[in-house]
Amino acid sequence: MNRTDIAVVGFAQAPQVAETTGTTNGVEMLVPIITEVLETTGLPRREVGFWCSGSSDYLAGRAFSFVSAVDAIGAVPPIVESHVEADAAWAFYEAWVKIRTGQARTAAVYGFGKSSAGDLRRVLALQLDPYTVAPLWPDAVSVAALQARAGLDAGLWSEKDMAEVAARSRADAIANPYAQLGDQVDAATLLDQPYVAEPLRAHDCPPVTDGAAVVVLAAASAAEDLCEHPAWITGLEHRIDSPVLGARELHRSPSTAAAAAAACGDIGTDGVQVAELHAPFSSQELLLRREVGLPDSARVNPSGGPLCGNPMFAAGLTRIGEAASRVMDGSADRVLAHATNGPALQQNLVCVMEGRD
Amino acid sequence: MATPLAPDTPLSAPLDVGFDYTRSLGPVLGRFMTALRERRIEGVRGSDGRVHVPPVEFDPVTSEALSEPVGVADEGTVVSWSWMPDPIAGQPLQHPFGWALVRLDGADTALLHAVDAGSPDRMRTGMRVRARWVDEPVGSIRDIACFEPAGPGAEPRGPAAPPPAGTEPVTMLTTPVHLAYRHSASVQESRYLRALAEGRFIGQRCPACGKVYVPPRGACPADGVPTEEEVELPDRGIVTTFCIVNVPFLGQRITPPYVAAYVLLDGADIAFLHLVLGCAADEVRMGMRVEAAWKPRERWTTSLENVDHFRPTGEPDAPFESYREHL
Ligand SMILES: [Zn+2]
Repeated sequence: MNRTDIAVVGFAQAPQVAETTGTTNGVEMLVPIITEVLETTGLPRREVGFWCSGSSDYLAGRAFSFVSAVDAIGAVPPIVESHVEADAAWAFYEAWVKIRTGQARTAAVYGFGKSSAGDLRRVLALQLDPYTVAPLWPDAVSVAALQARAGLDAGLWSEKDMAEVAARSRADAIANPYAQLGDQVDAATLLDQPYVAEPLRAHDCPPVTDGAAVVVLAAASAAEDLCEHPAWITGLEHRIDSPVLGARELHRSPSTAAAAAAACGDIGTDGVQVAELHAPFSSQELLLRREVGLPDSARVNPSGGPLCGNPMFAAGLTRIGEAASRVMDGSADRVLAHATNGPALQQNLVCVMEGRD
Repeated sequence: MATPLAPDTPLSAPLDVGFDYTRSLGPVLGRFMTALRERRIEGVRGSDGRVHVPPVEFDPVTSEALSEPVGVADEGTVVSWSWMPDPIAGQPLQHPFGWALVRLDGADTALLHAVDAGSPDRMRTGMRVRARWVDEPVGSIRDIACFEPAGPGAEPRGPAAPPPAGTEPVTMLTTPVHLAYRHSASVQESRYLRALAEGRFIGQRCPACGKVYVPPRGACPADGVPTEEEVELPDRGIVTTFCIVNVPFLGQRITPPYVAAYVLLDGADIAFLHLVLGCAADEVRMGMRVEAAWKPRERWTTSLENVDHFRPTGEPDAPFESYREHL
């Protein structure tokens, strides 16, 4: 075992719901799941070597909401803590670096978002170029629709393919007690629905979701004490594409392909049994499958994925937690998780995890 | 105003935030905005010769700083589009329109904007569109009101309006941003605020460290555990520390000098900020005993503002040792 080997040893998530009555600093969602993950792993709160979170003040409508969230973790005596204004999958990356560089043996990473507090479609316009794009207030669904159209025009997928992704996700989500949506519906029925942003229909878009998630990582020296079947991280990489939407080929995602190639190593995606893809829109799942190069045998988003619950700033971390859980519960040996940030899959992270006997 | 709800429902209220983001443009974007004010569109040439519209300051591949402006047409081809049936606040058109990535003639990248096509049936990839300019351009992407269908069958354009008189280059961009939220108080804060509406103070005790928080926080920030035991607190306590406000500022309610103080209620472990009036500012001291001066009952709401200020009780000062842990 390499001394820099690191594993996911615990995961907990809040119910993905349309609206919580809680505050935008997420404390109400975070306290129970942090308590849960520390109990499951048996990791004492004071022994967490590093805390790192992902959230956004734009979602909360207030400054430094992540500082209030620290109430949920207990900061006395002083803790080592950090935050990213991004999906918490990037906080996970920071924690992994912290452990790799020997500055911590364990880390707890959490993300939270109360998307229902504001108008999410408008809030997300503010992540676009502030000079030439954001002043037009392009909403997130319309931007995703431009991307879906690009793939349709390129012949990479059809509206029927997109509806089939939605139908499969919703059927799988029935078994996920945390999912916001989940039902049996066939693609043909979905295709009878009107467009919300042509070529996207409601089923192609994620619900607006309040939620939170927490993942615990540990170095090899601690992992097996905290978890019977740790999900060992064999590759973790992230890459980014241009922020200029009109300079990208929107039906492609070179950053995903590059991150996946780097994270998967020489054997590529061979043997990946489960992939959790952070694809809030149905067309994005079809795009990501191609770019990651998943084998046909891989199960994609058995949790139901972001189409059935999309807690902003926690949904990417949730993909890592869900994929890791398939190793921790013994149902898979090799899994892949993907997370994204920014408009139309601008920035992408891929994490490959494996079990060991 | 708080929304009336069932007694245990957390309080919430609208929270509207707004800010005029004012940004300096730099040479590349400044030139682009200056051209827009003259109803011209200018891109920038990349390291590989490709023309970027909107312009980018650095080449996306080589990272080289870019500076060579290239004029392009205000007419071009749609490379992708979507349809917005129900426009939201701030978008270029307030009736149904198409969003499109438009590759202008002479450009190699596409510009995102609205297309006033009337119906999605008129939108398609490859369609020709042209800019519709506003009457009074100022140097903003919104000087292009939107795009409209062009090519065979389109109405001919009227004569171009003369360029506006502004001769100084555009160097700044102001973007007003207004967002509407519903801000929620926590369950614990809501109980505290409702108690204030009845003229009472309540706090909560941490089960781990025993500290009493007012307002209650739901989780002890030291221990990260939920605080559940509710504690009724008196409306009197001591001044732990204070400052004398001598400086006038916009919106000030009281004429300086006056005292802003941390007030620690008897039985609480966390002080909160309030006013101390009822004596000369220079008589206020650490350890001074104070009590709440409530506003008339008919003005009480779910707010700490129900307490107009704290005033001296005349009791002997508390010894320093009794509050040294609360500073
Ligand atoms: Zn405590």
